[in-house]
Amino acid sequence: MRRRAKTQGLKAIIFCILNAALEGSLFHGWSKSAVVAGLIALSITIIPAGAQVTFERLVNSAKEPQNWMTYSGDYSGKRFSGLNQINKTNAHTMVAKWVYQTGATGKLETSPLAVDGILYATAQDDRAFALDARTGRPIWMYQRQVPSDIRPCCGHVNRGLAILADKVFLGTLDAHVIALDAKTGNVVWDATAADYRTGHSFTVAPLVVKNLIVIGISGGEYGVRGFIDAYDADTGERKWRLYTVPGPGEPGHDTWEGDSWKVGGAPAWNTGTYDPTTNQIFWPTGNPSPSNRGEGRAGDNLYSNSLLALNADTGKMNWYFQFTKHDEHDWDATQVPVMVDASGKHLIAQANRNGFFYVLDRTNGKLISATAYGKQTWSDTKDAEGRPIAKKEASPTLEGHTVCPGALGTTNFMAPTYDAQTGLFYVTARDQCDIFSTAPQPYEAGHAFYGSAYFPSEEAKPYLGFLKAIDPTTGEVKWKFQHTSPTWSGVLSTAGGLVFSGDAEGNFIAFDASSGKPLWHFQMGGAVYAPPMAFAVDGKEYVAIAAGSAVYAFGLP
Amino acid sequence: MLTRCLVALVGFVFLGTLAHAADDRNPFAGDAKAAKAGEYEFRINCALCHGLGAHGGGRGPDLTRAQKKHTHSDADMFQVISNGIPGTAMPANGTNGQGVGMTDEEIWQIITYIRSQEMKAAVNPQGNAAHGKELFYGDANCSLCHMVDGKGGRLGPELTAVGASRTRAALIDSVRNPSNRLAWGLTESTKEFPQEYESVTAVTADGKEMKGVTLNEDSFTVQIMDTTERIHLLEKDKLRSFQKTRQSAMPRYAASTLSDKDLDDILAFLVSVGAK
Repeated sequence: MRRRAKTQGLKAIIFCILNAALEGSLFHGWSKSAVVAGLIALSITIIPAGAQVTFERLVNSAKEPQNWMTYSGDYSGKRFSGLNQINKTNAHTMVAKWVYQTGATGKLETSPLAVDGILYATAQDDRAFALDARTGRPIWMYQRQVPSDIRPCCGHVNRGLAILADKVFLGTLDAHVIALDAKTGNVVWDATAADYRTGHSFTVAPLVVKNLIVIGISGGEYGVRGFIDAYDADTGERKWRLYTVPGPGEPGHDTWEGDSWKVGGAPAWNTGTYDPTTNQIFWPTGNPSPSNRGEGRAGDNLYSNSLLALNADTGKMNWYFQFTKHDEHDWDATQVPVMVDASGKHLIAQANRNGFFYVLDRTNGKLISATAYGKQTWSDTKDAEGRPIAKKEASPTLEGHTVCPGALGTTNFMAPTYDAQTGLFYVTARDQCDIFSTAPQPYEAGHAFYGSAYFPSEEAKPYLGFLKAIDPTTGEVKWKFQHTSPTWSGVLSTAGGLVFSGDAEGNFIAFDASSGKPLWHFQMGGAVYAPPMAFAVDGKEYVAIAAGSAVYAFGLP
Repeated sequence: MLTRCLVALVGFVFLGTLAHAADDRNPFAGDAKAAKAGEYEFRINCALCHGLGAHGGGRGPDLTRAQKKHTHSDADMFQVISNGIPGTAMPANGTNGQGVGMTDEEIWQIITYIRSQEMKAAVNPQGNAAHGKELFYGDANCSLCHMVDGKGGRLGPELTAVGASRTRAALIDSVRNPSNRLAWGLTESTKEFPQEYESVTAVTADGKEMKGVTLNEDSFTVQIMDTTERIHLLEKDKLRSFQKTRQSAMPRYAASTLSDKDLDDILAFLVSVGAK
């Protein structure tokens, strides 16, 4: 209430100044057009804050490279910016433009949105904020009162917002979906998706498709039954739900032993992609529960660790492809599925947590290739479709034994990028092996449900971290840059021939997209767990990324 | 108004007492079923540092020892698991960013498990601590690189607390085979892995060579301490060469150099200092 009064007061003051200006009392003797021109020249830029973002604008996002309106920057998941003001010739001159301190502690995984000069991002404990994209000065801040007894698996993190019309959308740690007014941060609607006390939570950036807010649940460490939801953007009414673990009578139900489907996991905690030409959403799913113990859930455990192609209007599944059958190593397949068109084929590519790079035909979900892009010891054979199949010896044991990649995977939630100019897919990768040992435990609602313990194998040290450039047509790694230690940073490519990524030591680095040579770096003072993005305001390009507890923006001097 | 304040105050105190009581008593003490559940929780949350059977790994102390440095009662243990131990690698519950935070009930189960694994009698020190101290600061040359109680060198890890925080087996291994498991150095708050004591040889553009250990490193810079304890802050692209190995700068102390008995004495010294 107080916030509204303040806003209205502010509005009145701005209105008075503008009116006075336009009526000439402030600029006596000036013409109205001269006053307006003068205001612009003085950089008193009046931006239509929270300008209407339409579905058409999202579909045609390539036409406005100054904006970054979805998690991956476009519907295809490429995380590619069409801006080229910052490029190979001048990247070495880049400087920090501003820093915004979120005041949060823990890991920042947010991928900011930028729309018409305003940056929208999130931080721990369900903070959301809007910043003047030129200066980093906050316009509004929102923080949810998160219940004190939430226990999300991997930190109180959030990976970003979605935007449509005059609202931004946030999935919360207590499993609500909320709409915030894009101009004020006020809550417009609040929809409950599930009970957080049974381990449900949202950490994912939602995806707007038409008038729907599409979002996937987290909770694979708690034995939730995973789902993907779609909510009406205007009202918050749930329009459809697809359970990622099929119930009795549904196809795939027989891939679960007994009642294990009820606590089968298969969460959907990373943002999918959307193909407007076929009206299909591609959404990836995570591990079956318990994550590291297959005993008690015999079968393939559909649709865990799969890519699902869904009708956007109904949530009905058109096809699926399961990457890791009956997973026992926590290898969620939740990495962003990137739509790539190459040699006249409509493909979808995913650098998977299990160490293989998969290319599918996105018209039907048929596997085209699966190529190892990191150290792996779990599979040496493929099935008739070409899918890598686990060796029996890879299963966790009571004593524990080493398997590569480890539970954190060859990659994880860090967003990849595809640059059509170089034809390369860039992804953060790690070589680390873990000792997997069983720890059988009964399911108990709201309690961690791993079934196994895993920890980094000392014999497999050092653990290596890379930025790898993969040719999706062959699966070949064209170049790699070895970081000092494994990083959780996402990757951005730009029309300037650059790839941007961060490292665990706090550096933000610009690479030559063709060769992998670092051209510039800046020490941000905190490890990176977030992906970079790019935008432009007033004709100036910026690249932004979160590190430590802050959001940074960089540009040319 | 006064009445309302008083009611609030009484309520506050009452709630505080309840919370205190809840944190004080292990509801599962001696319960074998809870201990079993605690064992699984332990494997998931604690075994990384304390070993699968709580006998200690290379990083965390042996929790089967009845005498512990930081905890005596179950309530102490609950506090330590909940809040961590500042200045050590022991994190607060749920803050390591990877695992799931434990419920109070799960923490009590873990405590019940640890109690069920404890050896009843304290392990008697096997060596002569006084002689160990002489060796540490004298003939064994430990103090050339290691500091204990403010005295000694700086090239290797400070060892005042190591006797309490490492198992006997881990200590013996780190003396006999120091490259097996490099010691942890600087831990940065947001970084996943601590810096390790890697050995480094750097040659500057003008041909000056320095050997030592890395204090910290990133892709573009390295901070090293050379064998004369000088700190060098270097930019990698300005160096003629830069080589790192996982061969510890600490020499291997084979039994021919340091007898088992002398090693026992040194360990007894470290345990006695660590227990303070």
